[in-house]
Amino acid sequence: MTGLWAVLITTFLASAVEAIEMVTIVVGVGATRGWRSTIIGAASGFGVLALVVAVLGAALSVVPIGPLRLVIGFLLLVFGLQWFRKGIMRVAARGLAGIGGADPHGDAEQWKGPGMDWTAWFLAFKGVVLEGLEVAIIVVSFGAGANQLGGAVVGGVGAIIVVGGIGLALHQTVRRIPRSLLQLVVGILLTTFGTFWAIEGLGVQWPGSDAAILGLLVLYVGTALFYISLERNRALGLRPAA
Amino acid sequence: MPPPISWIVAVVKFLYDFIVGDDWSVAVAVLIGLIVSAILNVNHIAAWWLIPVIVVLMLGISLRRASKRLR
Repeated sequence: MTGLWAVLITTFLASAVEAIEMVTIVVGVGATRGWRSTIIGAASGFGVLALVVAVLGAALSVVPIGPLRLVIGFLLLVFGLQWFRKGIMRVAARGLAGIGGADPHGDAEQWKGPGMDWTAWFLAFKGVVLEGLEVAIIVVSFGAGANQLGGAVVGGVGAIIVVGGIGLALHQTVRRIPRSLLQLVVGILLTTFGTFWAIEGLGVQWPGSDAAILGLLVLYVGTALFYISLERNRALGLRPAA
Repeated sequence: MPPPISWIVAVVKFLYDFIVGDDWSVAVAVLIGLIVSAILNVNHIAAWWLIPVIVVLMLGISLRRASKRLR
């Protein structure tokens, strides 16, 4: 029984870290681009994930996660950098206009076309497939290693449900953030995860392991603040401070 | 264009917009950064710092270019 609880709690906590990354991407993209395509993308990701888990089962631990991390990390990084730059320019130009209410300029990235927004779909799909696969590998590794696969599955699925529920509860709050600021925040998050996964995918060890994500976040937030002040000075025709 | 070709064109256009966007130099710099990081890693030299440095520098260059375009 002690073994079951130890596996369940360990799997829950390890999976929760991956689930936070997954939910952050889905909520951020949904709030910025619109929910319909994002939810379909996330659901498609879970569908593919279920298929992979059903086909591979315990052989999941041999999936080459490194190349997958590298490709998905690169895609998130180059796309995240586009939103990072646009977010800096918009926040520098408008400040926090629209906070807590309607943003008069705020629909710049919102999808208004007919049919599917493939950008939102693709981002949500990738986030769910990569992170979901990592949760599945954690479940198989811990569960098979301790001969407690049932407890590990409950821990992994429980983590996704709990973190997903928190994301669902927070999405109304996220909607109140002005879109220019939201685009900057999501751009920073995509760039952070993209940097981390791409480098990890190359087999490079991050100092501090997963804690390096926080270090990258601090670096990129500082970079955003620096460039916002630089852009404002440029717009005012002032020379930037040395 | 008949459907199979128009689908391929649409997918290529989507991937181009997704990866390259409106500043190709950022995607190229990241790609070169990853190749150099891989080479450093193979030679047992710390490589984790390179992409963050490229991100910070390329962001500044790209912002400067975008600001000039707007003026």
